[in-house]
Amino acid sequence: MNFLIDFFGDPANWSGPDGIPLRFAEHLQYTGLSLLIAALIAVPLGLWIGHTGRGALAVVLSANAARALPTLGLLVLIVLLMGVGSDAPVLIPLVALAVPPILVNTYEGIRGVDPDLRDAAYGMGLRGGQVLGRVLVPVALPLILLGLRTAAIQVVATATVAAYVGLGGLGRYIIDGLATQKYPLTVGGAVLVALLALAVQGLFTLIQRVCVSPGVSGRQKTR
Amino acid sequence: MITFDGVTKRYPDGTVAVDELSLEAPTGEITVLVGPSGCGKTTSLRMINRMIDPSAGRILLDGADVTTVDPPTLRRGIGYVIQQAGLFPHRKIVDNVATVPYLLGWDRKKARSRAMDLLELVGLDPGLAGRYPFQLSGGQQQRVGVARALAADPPVLLMDEPFSAVDPIVRASLQDELLRLQAELNKTIVFVTHDIDEAVKLGDRVAVLRVGGRLAQLAAPAELLAEPADDFVREFLGRDRGIRRLSFIPADGLSLRTDLVVPVSADVSSVRGTAEAWLAVVDAEGGPLGWIAPKDLPDSGGTLAEVPAAPYGTFVRGRDSLRAALDATLLSPSGNALAVDGSGRVEGVVTREALGEALTRIAEDARG
Repeated sequence: MNFLIDFFGDPANWSGPDGIPLRFAEHLQYTGLSLLIAALIAVPLGLWIGHTGRGALAVVLSANAARALPTLGLLVLIVLLMGVGSDAPVLIPLVALAVPPILVNTYEGIRGVDPDLRDAAYGMGLRGGQVLGRVLVPVALPLILLGLRTAAIQVVATATVAAYVGLGGLGRYIIDGLATQKYPLTVGGAVLVALLALAVQGLFTLIQRVCVSPGVSGRQKTR
Repeated sequence: MITFDGVTKRYPDGTVAVDELSLEAPTGEITVLVGPSGCGKTTSLRMINRMIDPSAGRILLDGADVTTVDPPTLRRGIGYVIQQAGLFPHRKIVDNVATVPYLLGWDRKKARSRAMDLLELVGLDPGLAGRYPFQLSGGQQQRVGVARALAADPPVLLMDEPFSAVDPIVRASLQDELLRLQAELNKTIVFVTHDIDEAVKLGDRVAVLRVGGRLAQLAAPAELLAEPADDFVREFLGRDRGIRRLSFIPADGLSLRTDLVVPVSADVSSVRGTAEAWLAVVDAEGGPLGWIAPKDLPDSGGTLAEVPAAPYGTFVRGRDSLRAALDATLLSPSGNALAVDGSGRVEGVVTREALGEALTRIAEDARG
């Protein structure tokens, strides 16, 4: 507890290039950017595979294999290959981390929609794209959002590795604190990461509330 | 009119689902496809709106080959009702019903007002419009399914076992509702079921299919029951064929006796001496009260109101079938049925002799 008071109570920790606001912003930037890229890759791919049923096995197998990739190892490899001129070395492993849960959940969500419902949609005269956009996605949305949330929380926690290769983010406090034995720094950084993960969780709960139809979530609408 | 012209559906693995099927579903009538599982009835239905395409043969919709029309366009002009209703869970009931009008580009207000009219037409409380499907019972969902199919007023309605997932009481009321709607709307309906009783109740014409997708018999229900084409059809029709056939013979040809009806205000003494075994007692408005046996009447004064009357059965002469008349005779100890008019007033008595003559005539007709 004293560590926390030391860390958050020190005015020096609230400003400058090493201050909490800036580190926080860096962390959010790594997280947000890698999630965005991962979603842009994995959501359309998952929708397409789930809707057409094509290439499902290959993609799910490789997505699961990708989950076994050690993020830190990948990061070091990329730094060795590319050097540390930009944010790219940290974005690539984070994207690789985020793609599998988004892809698998999106695919499973679409594939899991009741075949009768799909049949009814075609039978009413919806075209393929309309069936996907107007019926399958709204019904699969809870699972798709679950994939995004899982990915987001993993990325928030894992973005700390950026500090290993000299980049910023909240990982700086943890790594630097360990290296210099300033444990308040380490604990404070860890708490900030945990708080951010909770905030992400809360954000997704909110998105779910707003975006998912009450008819799908089963929430009784009070009027 | 929908015409099947030598339609065959063969799957790549060699299974033949429908084999050289030729039949016509006339405009404004209900044609029922019925048969055991594996007889290709659903496959046949789904070839009409191109959910499946035939391997050989043609299906014509008012003379035009359905395969010349792009499937989504074709389907928007054909109502489609499936077993589990298949409502969109994320949409409110009103928007579910308005699905096809939205697809056809109607404006939202017009589509919704049409949807509200349809909810009423299929007997649903308009208050359900803002609910989601999971908040409705199975029977209600099925009604919504019918409303959705009718939304853009298509001339043709395809119904794939629409009532088989609901309990028997709800099913019977949905069937009655469909007949009522059809009397009003005159759609060309193709209805698939595995339930022969449902087929016989709903169909203007019934096509019995056998396993392997071949047509065993196509006939009106009464004819089907009277003259099954072969053992398969006979067996599929099941028991009580003779009795069930009576449902299709109107009771208005039965001869009536009005002399067996007495008002409740009559004196006991005035009827005690009658030679008839049973007399029907009616109230001042002509409504039935029951049967009395003149020879059992007490030797006292007063009117028939003081005498207990035995139970009775009635049928509506201008509307009911011989089956209802037969049923009515079996409900009274007298063995006679009371014929009533639409408002429940007794028109006369059908004696078991009169009924027997009518049944004999039918039996003779059946023999040819």
